[in-house]
Amino acid sequence: MQMSGAQMVIEALIAEGVDTVFGYPGGAIMNVYDEIYKQDGFDHILTRHEQAAVHAAEGYAKASGKVGVAMITSGPGFTNAVTGLADAYMDSIPLVVISGQVPMSLIGTDAFQEIDAVGISRSCTKHNYLVTDAKELPRILKEAFYIASSGRPGPVHVDIPKDVTAQMAEFDYSNPIALETYKPTIKGNSRQIKKAVDAIVNAKRPLFYLGGGIINSNASEEIRRFVSMTGIPAVETFMARGTLRYDDELLISMLGMHGSYAANMAMSETDLVIALGARFDDRVTGKLSEFAKNANIIHVDIDPASISKLVNAHYPIVGDVKGVVLAMMDSIADRVDRSRYVPWLETIANFEKLHPLSYQEEEGIIKPQWVIERIGELLGDHANISTDVGQHQMWAAQFYPFTRARQFISSGGLGTMGFGFPAAMGVKRADKDRISINITGDGSILMNIQELMTAVESNLPVINVILNNQYLGMVRQWQTLFYDKRHSSTDLSTGQPNFTMLVESFGGVGYEVTTKAEFDAALKDAVEKNVVALINVSVARLENVMPMVPSGGSLFNMMLASKEK
Amino acid sequence: MADARRVISVIVINEASVLSRVTDLFSGRGYNIESLTVAPVPDSKYSRLTIVTSGSIRVSEQIVKQLHKLIPILKVYEHADLVEKEMALVKFPVSENISDIGMLAAAYNGKIVNVGEETIIVMVADEPKRVSNFLNLVKRYHPKEIVRSGSVALER
Ligand SMILES: Cc1ncc(C[n+]2csc(CCOP(=O)(O)OP(=O)(O)O)c2C)c(N)n1
Ligand SMILES: [Mg+2]
Repeated sequence: MQMSGAQMVIEALIAEGVDTVFGYPGGAIMNVYDEIYKQDGFDHILTRHEQAAVHAAEGYAKASGKVGVAMITSGPGFTNAVTGLADAYMDSIPLVVISGQVPMSLIGTDAFQEIDAVGISRSCTKHNYLVTDAKELPRILKEAFYIASSGRPGPVHVDIPKDVTAQMAEFDYSNPIALETYKPTIKGNSRQIKKAVDAIVNAKRPLFYLGGGIINSNASEEIRRFVSMTGIPAVETFMARGTLRYDDELLISMLGMHGSYAANMAMSETDLVIALGARFDDRVTGKLSEFAKNANIIHVDIDPASISKLVNAHYPIVGDVKGVVLAMMDSIADRVDRSRYVPWLETIANFEKLHPLSYQEEEGIIKPQWVIERIGELLGDHANISTDVGQHQMWAAQFYPFTRARQFISSGGLGTMGFGFPAAMGVKRADKDRISINITGDGSILMNIQELMTAVESNLPVINVILNNQYLGMVRQWQTLFYDKRHSSTDLSTGQPNFTMLVESFGGVGYEVTTKAEFDAALKDAVEKNVVALINVSVARLENVMPMVPSGGSLFNMMLASKEK
Repeated sequence: MADARRVISVIVINEASVLSRVTDLFSGRGYNIESLTVAPVPDSKYSRLTIVTSGSIRVSEQIVKQLHKLIPILKVYEHADLVEKEMALVKFPVSENISDIGMLAAAYNGKIVNVGEETIIVMVADEPKRVSNFLNLVKRYHPKEIVRSGSVALER
């Protein structure tokens, strides 16, 4: 069928089963917006900033497992979106981001709102396209969705000049994808899998190291079965939270810079690391030469470039975690001897007893960790938890009782302040029946605060819980610990808006909370009213995230507590 | 870690932007490319890049893995046992000893390829190290301009 490039974009999105597009219009993308106006195959949600459109698409993708879609215009529209692309790239989130571009005849002339968008996005996308002919659009869009969601997922950027969206050409979306040079390895090598299983059977102190790849692979059910059938203990990375239930006896908690003492000690003492969809990030490993020093390493990852990138793997297995784990279960079947791990589990239990994740309550002031635990008690499985970046984010990862994959949505790799609120809007859109909570800080919430308007207008009732310590707390913590308490530009006590007036001016509801009773009441009220909310919780100002492996230190050398006055 | 010279061949789909995708991987890591040649592979939609680089083994291994990941890349060869050749063109004033220069060039698989009123141009084609030797040797004939092609390589 003959149609314009703009119509093709609409038809392709519908063919891909897209139900929501987050975006912001402008000159170069107007032809497409004109077609959006005419169609009713999907909803378009107008965010109030392009960065937020991409974060919302990320939240949508993370909560649903589908490809998130964002649409933006050229020039400043695109550059505003770059942080979102980079964020999705670092956290392997499947996105298709479509941008307008100046007409072909003007490219390279410094035309109004022209920027070399594919030049900029090249280093922060899995792949990108500049479409030079409408004929190419069906193929390119189809490839874009396929590349975004297959192999190690990631964002794909499609830049379309304005004249290409006006150009008429034949639209046929039925042609199969023919990417000769892109064929991700899905199935793990069975010989390698056998060898790895032998290593597991022969290990005395094996340890599962569960990473975010498990969530991308939708493998958490399989992992839960694998862990329980082998009786081998597990640690989760920040990105993998929710893979195992929080109350799973074999889950030791999170490892890494702010992981638990027991998780980090287990990693230091294990004789066999079974890394599944994890990438040995520096925030996880601490000092590399001391990381899991006594262990052989099985490394299962769909991305060959991740294997032996930082830590040499003795049993490298390239493949999709889900399939590999199923094959491992088949192969290990009746060779499991749980009694073998009893002493190892006792050692770990002792670590847990010695320094459990904990905090000190204080009279008359709310501790930030309490707020997280309390949300968990009140909402538990009914909530999806997004976060911003800082101390509050780490406390959320440490203290929320996660019960399922895709429940925890947070910017791990890039650590983008301003991610949480728009992401939580996308989460709400993807999982309408659950409560969408954004745990945020008094610093982070102001980066993308304009999204209050989107959330109110588009009826995306996100409950923002601000753990207000009147500090850029995480930076202040580092200043305290490593810069002799010189709190340079991190004290926000003289720079606080009236949060309740702020949210109410957008049409949401605000709550000021200084006691635990007030917090309970505020959260219940916001949930009942089902409104866009800001709950501003005054928390202990000088609390630090503990325990902590100082940057570059070894996992077994943790700071356990620090008191700041 | 020890720095090593590496020759990498990359087969890519011959399309706009593919070259920058490849070179970005080097520049993004502060890694210098010593030489780079590109030409279409006959009767195909592919091109072949030959990249000569040096740096730590760890980083270059990582770059090779990242190269594999780029979508329009078909194959990456890291050569161990290879035949490597490079060409150079050198311009000399005619006033220099032309027959000496011609003889030297012949020893490096080369010859005089152009004779003008004021200058001659000599071509040599040999292993990169030998090309360097040749260029050293002919310094005394006051070369006016030198251009090297960069390496091309094939596995034995
Ligand atoms: C866009 C961006 N800018 C700067 C930083 C550096 N940074 C990391 S945490 C943090 C402080 C965050 O403060 P707040 O949101 O109040 O959270 P808190 O740590 O106090 O819980 C900063 C500035 C960042 N991660 N992202
Ligand atoms: Mg703060």
